[in-house]
Amino acid sequence: MLKNVHFGPSVLPFLLVAPQIIVTIIFFIWPAGQALYQSLLIQDAFGLSTEFVWLENFVTLFDEEQYRNSFGRTIVFSSLVAFLSMSFALILAVLADRVIKGSGTYRTLLIWPYAVAPVTAGALWVFMFDPTLGIVTYGLSAMGYDWNHKLNGSEAMALVVMAAAWKQVAYNFLFFLAGLQSIPKSLIEAAAIDGAGPVKRFRDIIFPLLSPTTFFLLVINIVYAFFDTFGIVHVMTAGGPAGATNILVYKVFSDGFVGLDLGGSAAQSVILMIIVIGLTVIQFKYVEKKVAY
Amino acid sequence: MIENRPLLTIFSHLMLILGVAMIAFPIWITFVAATHTDIRMTQIPLPLLPGGHFFENLDLALNKGLSGQSGQGVTRMLWNSLVMAMMIAVGKIAISLLSAFAVVYFRFPFRMFFFWMIFITLMLPVEVRILPTYEVVANLGMLDSYWGLSIPLIASATATFMFRQVFLTIPDELLEAARIDGAGPMRFFWDILIPMSRTNIAALFVILFIYGWNQYLWPLLITSENDMYTVVMGIKQMLEAAEQAPEWNVIMMTALLAMIPPVCVVVFMQTLFVKGLTETEK
Repeated sequence: MLKNVHFGPSVLPFLLVAPQIIVTIIFFIWPAGQALYQSLLIQDAFGLSTEFVWLENFVTLFDEEQYRNSFGRTIVFSSLVAFLSMSFALILAVLADRVIKGSGTYRTLLIWPYAVAPVTAGALWVFMFDPTLGIVTYGLSAMGYDWNHKLNGSEAMALVVMAAAWKQVAYNFLFFLAGLQSIPKSLIEAAAIDGAGPVKRFRDIIFPLLSPTTFFLLVINIVYAFFDTFGIVHVMTAGGPAGATNILVYKVFSDGFVGLDLGGSAAQSVILMIIVIGLTVIQFKYVEKKVAY
Repeated sequence: MIENRPLLTIFSHLMLILGVAMIAFPIWITFVAATHTDIRMTQIPLPLLPGGHFFENLDLALNKGLSGQSGQGVTRMLWNSLVMAMMIAVGKIAISLLSAFAVVYFRFPFRMFFFWMIFITLMLPVEVRILPTYEVVANLGMLDSYWGLSIPLIASATATFMFRQVFLTIPDELLEAARIDGAGPMRFFWDILIPMSRTNIAALFVILFIYGWNQYLWPLLITSENDMYTVVMGIKQMLEAAEQAPEWNVIMMTALLAMIPPVCVVVFMQTLFVKGLTETEK
């Protein structure tokens, strides 16, 4: 990765990397090291006494039913978000790819939820589904269904999933559309001449060719659902009711900053770290080589 | 299209319009809520069509805020969000350009060590190391400041990697030619590398601006003074106040104000934005 033609040693390259290295050490390496170290300590809430306990924090975590539940919920949550946003985006992308005229317009109309902050997205959805005032709640009750996500855990989960998936559709749509448009038209024409209809062509040709994009998006969507949905949960349900939407990234925050269980919170951070590293490695190993745009 | 099936085309358009409508519905409701009075917004059923109080609500949101909150409007919050987003975007692009230049164009001791140190940061999102990072910022006395808001978020490697890729595709002959003309490293950087990565810089700017503007957890932790709140935090606080006295007209107007800048950036700079996404994140 070094250029064949390059500059020789001097002080200059050190000065050039200095800003990034300094910022990285102070705000990244050091705190990450601290998180690792803290995960091995038990500290009282006022920081007066600390005890080194090796992996006890991790053992306690997995013994705790709440944590195991939170793990399960996170998996349900992220699979639902990934599945919903990807399938909806794929349908729209296939349709937009079909109608050559106007696909640019549709792209413009679909792209912008990406730019909306998770918290703002949460605010919009919570407003629409407000148990007393919400416009959707009103519509549902007219159809004979009483919506109250403040009391009903699965409704709360459904609401958080909808808001999170809504925000992610734009991103998936862009990648699917790009993937579809890079499939050679001659291939599809050949299949059409052989008498394959649109559905058969999609199933046997287009979808297999899209699979690298799909896999890449799956990883990205899982990372998104794990980490970027904090704001959505915080605004919509604050993990409730009764912990029904308390996903891992929210639990790190509430145990650490609200509950002041520093060791436990750090141990949870470390587990999250391992998950991200795992996903990143998978992405580099399998996706990097196979995805071609 | 491959075969001419007008019915299928019409069907596709219809489905797309339906999809767009589903995606746009929350925004429409927000806009409608921002155009009615607070009294109308407590009557069931809520309106589906806009009313005539848009500018009144705009004035309320910008200058007064919710009636319970001591006359604090969101103008200052919008400004804070703008400063934070700009500092993150410009800062990250600047340090990344420099370090990518050093790693690609210089042979020097510890080069790979520095490279890996930057690489590690790819894997650790801010949520994961949030508590200790907070402590560092507190110890440095950077709470409630623009520096504290932006610098910790500047430290990540995605931009460095993108510029590294870009620089690697620039032909070697350009450096040789620059040398023959007697240009030093910094001259080469300014006059050749920067202009050649112009579109990548712009694409990255769009992505980073949105990233910075939409930050929530970080500003929530490190700011405690009203003066330093960002607009995204403002929405959350208004929602909490709404538990007692809902003033949805003001809240939804604020939500609208909070989404206009990033949405405009994405829509107007679409081509660059798409290019930036597909090139950085694969």
